[in-house]
Amino acid sequence: MSAAPQSDPRRPRIPTWVRVVSVVAAGVVILSVTATLTGQYQLTSRGTTQAAVLLLLPILFAGLGGLWSERAGVINIGLEGMMILGTWGAAWAGYQWGPWAAVLGGIVLGALGGLLHAVATVTFNVNHIVSGVAITLLGMGVTKYLSTLLFEPISQNPRQSPRVEAFNTFSVQPVADSLASVESQQRVLLSDVAGLLGGLLSGLTPLVIIGFALVPISYLVLWRTRFGLRLRSCGENPVAAESLGVKVVTYKYVGVVISGALAGLGGAALTLNPGQLGYLEGQTGGRGYIGLAAMIFGNWRPGGLLAGSALFGYVDGVQLRAGGEAVHGLLYGATILAVGLAVVWVARRRWRAALIAAVAGAVVYGVYYSIDTVPREFAAYAPQLVTLLVLAVASQRLRPPAAIGLEYRRGEGD
Amino acid sequence: MTRARTVLLPPALAIVFAALLCAVALLISGDSPVTALRVMVTQVGEGTTAVDIVNSGAIYYIAALAVAIGFQMKLFNIGIEGQYRLAACVAAIVGGALVLPPVVHTLVIIVVAAVVGAVWAGIAALLKAYRGVSEVISTIMLNFIATGLIAFLIRPDSFGVLQGNNISTAPIEPSGHFPGISFGSSGTLFGMVAVAVLLGLGYWFLLNRTRFGFELKASGESPTAATAGGVDARRMVIIALVLSGAVAGLVGLPELLGRDLAYTLTSPQGYGFTGIAVALLGRNHPLGIALGALLWAFLDKSALALDNVGVPREIVLIMQGSVVLSVVIAYEIVRRYELAAEQRRVAAQLRSAAAAEKVAS
Amino acid sequence: MATSAAEFAVELSGITKRFPGVVANDDIHLQVRRGEVHALCGENGAGKSTLMKILYGMQQPDEGTISVNGEHVRFRSPSDAIKAGIGMVHQHFMLADNLTVAENILLGAEGLLGIGGAARRRIAELAGTVGLDVDPRVLVERLGVADRQRVEIIKVLYRGARTVILDEPTAVLVPQEVGELFDTLRAMRSDGFTFLFISHKLDEVRAIADSITVIRRGMSVGTADPASVTSRQLAEMMVGSELPSPETRDSTVTHREALRVEGLELAGESGARPVLTGIDLVVRAGEVLGIAGVEGNGQTELVETIMGMRRASSGTVALAGRDLSHASTLERREAGIGYVPEDRTRHGLLASQPLWANRMLGYQSRPPVSRGGFLGLLDRGAARRDTERIVAEFDVRTPSVDVPAAALSGGNQQKLVVGRELSGDPVLLIASHPTRGVDVGAQAGIWEELRRARARGLAVLLVSADLDELIGLSDRIKVMLRGTLVADADPATVTPEELGAAMTGADGSAEAVV
Repeated sequence: MSAAPQSDPRRPRIPTWVRVVSVVAAGVVILSVTATLTGQYQLTSRGTTQAAVLLLLPILFAGLGGLWSERAGVINIGLEGMMILGTWGAAWAGYQWGPWAAVLGGIVLGALGGLLHAVATVTFNVNHIVSGVAITLLGMGVTKYLSTLLFEPISQNPRQSPRVEAFNTFSVQPVADSLASVESQQRVLLSDVAGLLGGLLSGLTPLVIIGFALVPISYLVLWRTRFGLRLRSCGENPVAAESLGVKVVTYKYVGVVISGALAGLGGAALTLNPGQLGYLEGQTGGRGYIGLAAMIFGNWRPGGLLAGSALFGYVDGVQLRAGGEAVHGLLYGATILAVGLAVVWVARRRWRAALIAAVAGAVVYGVYYSIDTVPREFAAYAPQLVTLLVLAVASQRLRPPAAIGLEYRRGEGD
Repeated sequence: MTRARTVLLPPALAIVFAALLCAVALLISGDSPVTALRVMVTQVGEGTTAVDIVNSGAIYYIAALAVAIGFQMKLFNIGIEGQYRLAACVAAIVGGALVLPPVVHTLVIIVVAAVVGAVWAGIAALLKAYRGVSEVISTIMLNFIATGLIAFLIRPDSFGVLQGNNISTAPIEPSGHFPGISFGSSGTLFGMVAVAVLLGLGYWFLLNRTRFGFELKASGESPTAATAGGVDARRMVIIALVLSGAVAGLVGLPELLGRDLAYTLTSPQGYGFTGIAVALLGRNHPLGIALGALLWAFLDKSALALDNVGVPREIVLIMQGSVVLSVVIAYEIVRRYELAAEQRRVAAQLRSAAAAEKVAS
Repeated sequence: MATSAAEFAVELSGITKRFPGVVANDDIHLQVRRGEVHALCGENGAGKSTLMKILYGMQQPDEGTISVNGEHVRFRSPSDAIKAGIGMVHQHFMLADNLTVAENILLGAEGLLGIGGAARRRIAELAGTVGLDVDPRVLVERLGVADRQRVEIIKVLYRGARTVILDEPTAVLVPQEVGELFDTLRAMRSDGFTFLFISHKLDEVRAIADSITVIRRGMSVGTADPASVTSRQLAEMMVGSELPSPETRDSTVTHREALRVEGLELAGESGARPVLTGIDLVVRAGEVLGIAGVEGNGQTELVETIMGMRRASSGTVALAGRDLSHASTLERREAGIGYVPEDRTRHGLLASQPLWANRMLGYQSRPPVSRGGFLGLLDRGAARRDTERIVAEFDVRTPSVDVPAAALSGGNQQKLVVGRELSGDPVLLIASHPTRGVDVGAQAGIWEELRRARARGLAVLLVSADLDELIGLSDRIKVMLRGTLVADADPATVTPEELGAAMTGADGSAEAVV
């Protein structure tokens, strides 16, 4: 039990909000510079941001789902399957009773998937990953079966639901309009900020609001309430929690079921996405896994996973809206980022990290210089590539819940 | 006796349970489970079904072996999917470009496939060993990236050829084919089925008779104890994942070398996930996996037959999903029960021995 | 409130608890007066922990009754026990490292004062009671062992416990910290708290307890008055026979160097201060070198660095003159180092594998386990036969070599590990806490084996927290403190108290020879 001495607890820390603001500001500046220097104005346009918001939403919900489950100590790789169930449930309820019913339908079916995962992992102690994979397989099977049974007679297509009415979109007026006018003036930085903000404030649906609201809500519930403390204790040291009278099994069940519900909500977000007809087989396209990756990227914290989802949503939005050349432009932005980090680390005398950042910057710039556009096939999978890179660089600084994935049985403490 | 019970009971229970579940689903949707079962059983004797089952089973078998190698040391190679597809694609490109004498040509293709699978898994292996990245996440990401890479590789301006409205790699010359065994109207057995059998034997031998197999199992059971016992954990992670990837690289070959002869955008997908399911069914045992693979293939083929009599074919997917979930639960319950029974037995024997000693002294 | 007539804070009568194959508690009676420190003594495996788990509601008795303050109670879970005013401080701390001190305390008791200011004030107050001086907002992972124990006690008090069960509270403390703990307990006793103190350290029991209950093999064998009973008498009540003693007889030390470690250094993780610095030591054939130290001062790391499980940042390790500084763990084992790890379940055994497969662990590259060759073929028949030899020679109680290791008792598992590590004629045996958590019989057996091996010329590096064991078995003792060897001691003359002082650096001269 070597209590490794860590950084001095008395050293004043930079407040979290200052760090968040500076990171966001740095990101905006980098994007703005990149857009200006490469002429890829799509990088900061309202349209790109809007697309990014809609694309990040399912990832965000899945990531939040992962958070709730893993904080309770249960690895949830079945998010993908629960999300698939959610898309079907949303479509089934949605085409009959409208978009709010769709939201509810997605939540309910996702939660059922979560319940199954909880039964397998918590009650029967099945390996969490095994159960997750099995649930994904089962989710695919069940939705296909049910679609054939219930959708095909109406839509004439077993892979597709009848049309589901979506939410009306709305914008925050008059701010959105004035931002649009600033954006069209093409002024450095100012127009970029206006474009990014404008995208966040227009073309909204209730689900976007719910999604962004759930981030602080998850934080408050998990870190500032007694319920959250108990739930997290199950992920950190269930034996200790049990010895203090916490009903570990119950909390794990609750965590995993909420996790499934959130994944299902992510499925509903896909079904209700503007421009979507409704349920479409294979619609999730692995977003459940990406959500999990976003959560890991975010170090098992709500703010972090929002950042991760935003990154994935943004890169996805850029390549969908603006194509390979804009993604190519992002390489330039990545170079700036790497150089910036190198400078910061040199200032902090962290030579090795600085050197790695500098080399990485040089490599990325080399790629940027040698090709004109990122092939479509790669641009589409940029988020996955980014995930892999981020994990390779940062995984050792991550702090997952201590008892995650471990077998737990009641009354076996000590 | 008890051993047979431990091994056979869980899967039997799981299959019965899953079948019941499906029967209920069918009843609810207004179909007859009895008809469905009859159709499923009788289809085996019809047409090429039996041979098809063995052919598919061999593919699933190779995929499941690849998964099982990782499972032995509790590594989850979810990336079989990406590894085999990329391997098949590159092997098809290389095989289509080369002109070599028969046998050598085939061997070269097989080796290329294994190497590509190993390299793709090797990325995840290195990330795990040196950066501590969970192989679960990295292999999932690599699956996506492989899809992109394949799409890029078989673009007509890379290595692809436009054939009708499908893109494919250049076809492999006959010298590179792996000849099958023809059963006339009952179909042709892939030659790679033999390779699958050999792989199974090799897997068994490696695991139970060699130092590597022992170290692999020890690392899976207790990484800390293995380290103290002189097993280099990092090296084992790399070897296990690379080996798993190499085997995974062969998954696409039975169809590539025995039927398709080129890799196309529409080449089959999903064998990687099937492999995971089959490895779970067979509990990583070479024979168990073989049975699981055949069961899975049988269910697959049933889908077509069921469709013909108007039963929704997707019922098979539910059956497969629920079999996997219930079998892992069943294994877990039996495992726990057996360990408790073993402890009781040891304690009881020791008590009676102690009592006998006391009487003697 | 209970009637003041009730003399006993806690009364257990006729408690019986059976597990598959064992009777852990057999008709146990225990009476604890209000406001006393009541010690519960018994050797490992006597059933103390089970009894306390029953009292704390973690397990339910098959027979027998529990009374608290004269009233019959039934505890279905720890919450019931907490409600009745009973709290427990577990031997292995029940703390979540990644939660703050305050969160650990409040967990499960949020209903009392909420999780806001009132709760903070109460925690501060209790921190004063037990002498905890840290910010409740820091993560528990930053705390040392003694502070963690204080947090555990606060947890219990916060829930309003008036009766506190302390399960082997001194096992992880150095003598000076034990003194502080006892001061706290005495102060709290005069405030009316009742303590149930579980221990097998008899001197401590006699120092703190007001009354003593002894249990043996799941049965209560009687009570004793600490004022009049001697440690020897207590020990004989616990064991039921003459005590084994670890004393080594004649010296068998030779001049042949088996292990030489020079300037060994192990860097801390990511820039933290080094875990080991400037370690020099020599162990000769036929010699037992003991390493004393409070846990967490680098003994574990020293052993694992010598074994090659951790990479030294500088320094050399040589075995019988052969430089092994850059060798892998397996190479070091092949060169003749046997290793009895401190935690056999984590480092010594493959729990679900049969005994004969466990025989292969660490020997997978050598005869009789391996046939060698390119594929590294294993000889399973030979492994089985050799396992049978170990079972016979080392008196491992097992029906066969085919049962999984997990089915054996702790003592038999340890005998198997010791037997395995002594096979193949090792030059050096590194034994970390070789008798921790084993019953007295197995302990005596293991001591005897170590002595015999020493007589055959084996060099032994012995790390132990049991100072009696260390003094009894060693030819020389070195004391380890904060990653360095700070003092030498002669086991023929040193007392446990002197060793304890050196272990904490409290003897004033860290470099002195005790």
